[in-house]
Amino acid sequence: MAEVLIKNGVVYDPLNGVKGEKKDICIRDGKVVAEVKNPKVIDAEGRVVMPGGVDIHSHIAGGKVNSGRLFRPEDGRKGLEAKTKVCRMQSGYSVPNTFAIGYRYAKMGYTFVMEAAMPPLAARHTHEEMVDTPILDNAALPLLDNNWMTMEYVNGGDIDLLAAYVAWIMKATKGFGVKIVNPGGTEMWGWGKNCSLNDTVPTFNVTPAEIIKGLGEANEKLEMPHSIHVHTNMLGHPGNFEITKETYDLVKGVNTVKDRQVMHTTHTQFHSYGGTNWGDFESKADEIAGYINQNDHATIDIGSVILGDTTTMTADGPMEYNLYQITGRKWTNHDVELETGSGITPFLYSGKSPVNTIQWAIGVELALLVEDPWKIALTTDHPNAGPFIGYPILISMLMSKKRRDESSADMHKVIYDKALLPSIDREYSLYEIAIITRGMTAKALGLHEHGKGHLGVGADGDVAIYDMSPEETDAGKIQKAFLNTKYTIKGGQIVVKDGEVVATPDGKTYFVTPECDDKLTDEMMVKLKDKFDRYYSVTLNNYPVQDAYVPNPYEIKTQMRG
Amino acid sequence: MVEVTDVVCSLCGCVCDDITVEVEDNKVTKVKRGACSVGKSKLMGHNRIKSPAIRVNGELKDCSYDEAIKKAAEILAASRRPLLYGWSSTVCEADKVGVELAEELGAVIDNTASVCHGPSVLAIQDVGLPSCTLGEVKNRADVIIYWGANPAEAHANHMKRYSYVSKGFWTEEGKKAKKLVVVDVRATKTTKMADVFLQIEQGKDYLVLSALRAILYGHADVVPDEVGGVSKKDLLETAEMMKGAKFGATFFGMGVTHTGARQNNIVNAIQMTRAAHTHTKFTITPMRGHYNVAGINQVCTWETGFPFAVDLTRGYAWYNPGELSATDLLIRQECDAALVIASDPGAHFPGESIKHLAKVPVIQIDPFPNPTTEFADVVFPAAVSGVEAEGNVYRMDNIPIRLRKLIDSEYPEDEEILKRILDEVRAIKEKESN
Ligand code: SF4
Ligand SMILES: [Zn+2]
Repeated sequence: MAEVLIKNGVVYDPLNGVKGEKKDICIRDGKVVAEVKNPKVIDAEGRVVMPGGVDIHSHIAGGKVNSGRLFRPEDGRKGLEAKTKVCRMQSGYSVPNTFAIGYRYAKMGYTFVMEAAMPPLAARHTHEEMVDTPILDNAALPLLDNNWMTMEYVNGGDIDLLAAYVAWIMKATKGFGVKIVNPGGTEMWGWGKNCSLNDTVPTFNVTPAEIIKGLGEANEKLEMPHSIHVHTNMLGHPGNFEITKETYDLVKGVNTVKDRQVMHTTHTQFHSYGGTNWGDFESKADEIAGYINQNDHATIDIGSVILGDTTTMTADGPMEYNLYQITGRKWTNHDVELETGSGITPFLYSGKSPVNTIQWAIGVELALLVEDPWKIALTTDHPNAGPFIGYPILISMLMSKKRRDESSADMHKVIYDKALLPSIDREYSLYEIAIITRGMTAKALGLHEHGKGHLGVGADGDVAIYDMSPEETDAGKIQKAFLNTKYTIKGGQIVVKDGEVVATPDGKTYFVTPECDDKLTDEMMVKLKDKFDRYYSVTLNNYPVQDAYVPNPYEIKTQMRG
Repeated sequence: MVEVTDVVCSLCGCVCDDITVEVEDNKVTKVKRGACSVGKSKLMGHNRIKSPAIRVNGELKDCSYDEAIKKAAEILAASRRPLLYGWSSTVCEADKVGVELAEELGAVIDNTASVCHGPSVLAIQDVGLPSCTLGEVKNRADVIIYWGANPAEAHANHMKRYSYVSKGFWTEEGKKAKKLVVVDVRATKTTKMADVFLQIEQGKDYLVLSALRAILYGHADVVPDEVGGVSKKDLLETAEMMKGAKFGATFFGMGVTHTGARQNNIVNAIQMTRAAHTHTKFTITPMRGHYNVAGINQVCTWETGFPFAVDLTRGYAWYNPGELSATDLLIRQECDAALVIASDPGAHFPGESIKHLAKVPVIQIDPFPNPTTEFADVVFPAAVSGVEAEGNVYRMDNIPIRLRKLIDSEYPEDEEILKRILDEVRAIKEKESN
């Protein structure tokens, strides 16, 4: 395969401690190497160079994403672009079609995206869409917290058997890590109810807190690359910050052999709320950031708001119902037997609304108040707080206090009383931006060991060259540069040039296959088989995702600790 | 002889996946368990199209696949307004090639939803759909409503596997502990099983749904003594039954999507579900007909952004059902060539549409002959998905299941035929542009 040399770039590669150095990047056969002989030369001419972006949490593929597309033709019509010689047709803004997702991420310099919620029973669907998403390497997190198997093992205190079940689900779904979404609450939504962290889930006699702790322990027994990935209870409720902090405490004592957190909580903006109702609603970003600053076992992504119309979607069925009750807009729900659920409803984030204004501030506050950028990731929980295409706006806000002040002036005046944003002076450096968009995310997912998120020798030849000088301070120019790269290189191949997609190779799908003791698996299978015989609507043999669904596999093997 | 278990039926939207068959000498010789009678006969195989053929002087003449591919590609490449129609009785892998072919041609791609649950899709786009998987119904539902649907005849295993007759976690006693409400204009095999049969007047679904909605929202006072042929007393009782449910599940069929107020019926049915949801858990699910009609809607949506009636003339997707569905296009005599796959517009379209379709060149891909074959100009026999070919399908509740291949086929799969047509179309276009 051809060699590539990127010269005269100013490189930001946080996992290797490279802080804006003039440095050549050599790529051969898709991987970063020390030197090349006869390369194609790309002259970066002093521009900013980073590893390909790694998104830790985004809803890009599967049943609820597609239900969002299907029931929002008005969103589909927003992003129409005709096919070209290279690209297929595009549609959508908050729920783009699969092709547009690949192209738009690649244009922003991203080369890996984690689909954040895969219902195990519908895993084939998630994979079908990921295969149809060009360019991006991908993986998906199967939902494991409202599963009857999980709750029964947690109830019995059988963490080893729980680990065996988690391992089986990873393999059966070709999944990457353990996703937890409103543990207990989604099962209760099967009856139209919800619950909080320490409530008991009837029939199963467990609390959400016990589920989270149990899965946290099982995850570390399996030595998974990623920690448990948690959407905590009571998303979007005023006053929920206490529950969020309590959730972090649950796994404080859980040990890991991995060099990473034992819990990642996602879209933390939605979980950092003070007040008792929407009237006295306020930001508690300082409380959450304070906790993260004082502890090392938890990381977060921000789930920052992008103003405008979007499509919210989550496995947290009761939460979507609440949101629909507030807006009165259309609402889709899809409960999944023995496992999970989902809800979808459109939502408009308006700078005129006091509540939306505070929400808008909180995500950015979290990023600014958490001192160590290795503990925080940039997300919008696409498309829940806004579409991923808004990332460049967030980057420009983090890098420019001036930009934030100008934007704040356009928001509801409540921002000056109930939010903290106007009082924060910190500005992110490009190095810190590189951390929260690739270094930290790759490390938190354990993917840095598999060539993602950095440019050291042996890493994937995934590179973003942004059309800006490292000295740039103009927020508008920064935003523009991060929206359309000068070059995006994926596995040594130029996929974007001057903001246009020029090649569309297939991405790889990363999945984890944890091995555990046969006896343990056999014992677990007795219970699982009974679930299929009596309660599932598909058979056990038809459940696992067949190899045909993952044509470009990247398997990561792990072994359960005794 | 080998016994194959976990066989998946590729006939109706139930997509039963627990069928056991016997295979001997590359033939399915026996269906031992799991399938209903129509499912059984599909698995056992029947009358096939024997050879690819091209119509010459009014007669279909056998030809090779190469010749048929060439002819089909020529027709499509020369067409100014091609229509690609069907897609619901084949697998998603084929559907994907179909979308790509439509994109290459600048064609209109439409699927059978536009003549079955198209109105349901429109309703979902209006108000959304509070639904669930069929296993949720099996494990939880104690009140089941079939509205304008006759599962006992059209989805024979539906009640047994998923709803009224099934037994699940909280429904161990089966139908003894459940209530079945059936709403229909006439008595059927399904209505005979019902605890409550609301026999309504033809076309009055909207009114009856409105009345139930009003009662569920606490406005029984505005409901007259009789609505659409149903007494207020019966409506009140039904509403009470719904409110008293631990988990209610409504299924609706073509009897309500294609009569009277059409999509507005479905909007109203969904709104009724929301009204019931203010008292207890309630869900609603369309009874999709063909085994993968849900799947083509899925594929078409994630690839084009829209579920059916998509025009790709402009290079991007333009969605406008009512203008761009197959029947609309044909009635306006706009389409000048059509590819029909795994469906039978010749039997199911309105007369005026068929008249135009018969006039234009038609390419058919299907394992089985049907009335469309009578006027098709190029015919491709294909392997039977689920018997001779594997692939992904979506059950009526959008659960993806992989069809199994049981025996070898002398015929190519839909996906392969479509890919070869696509390659040939590209070759023709390439030549033309040089
Ligand atoms: S109910 Fe439908 S899917 Fe099941 S066996 Fe009968 S025809 Fe096949
Ligand atoms: Zn999310």
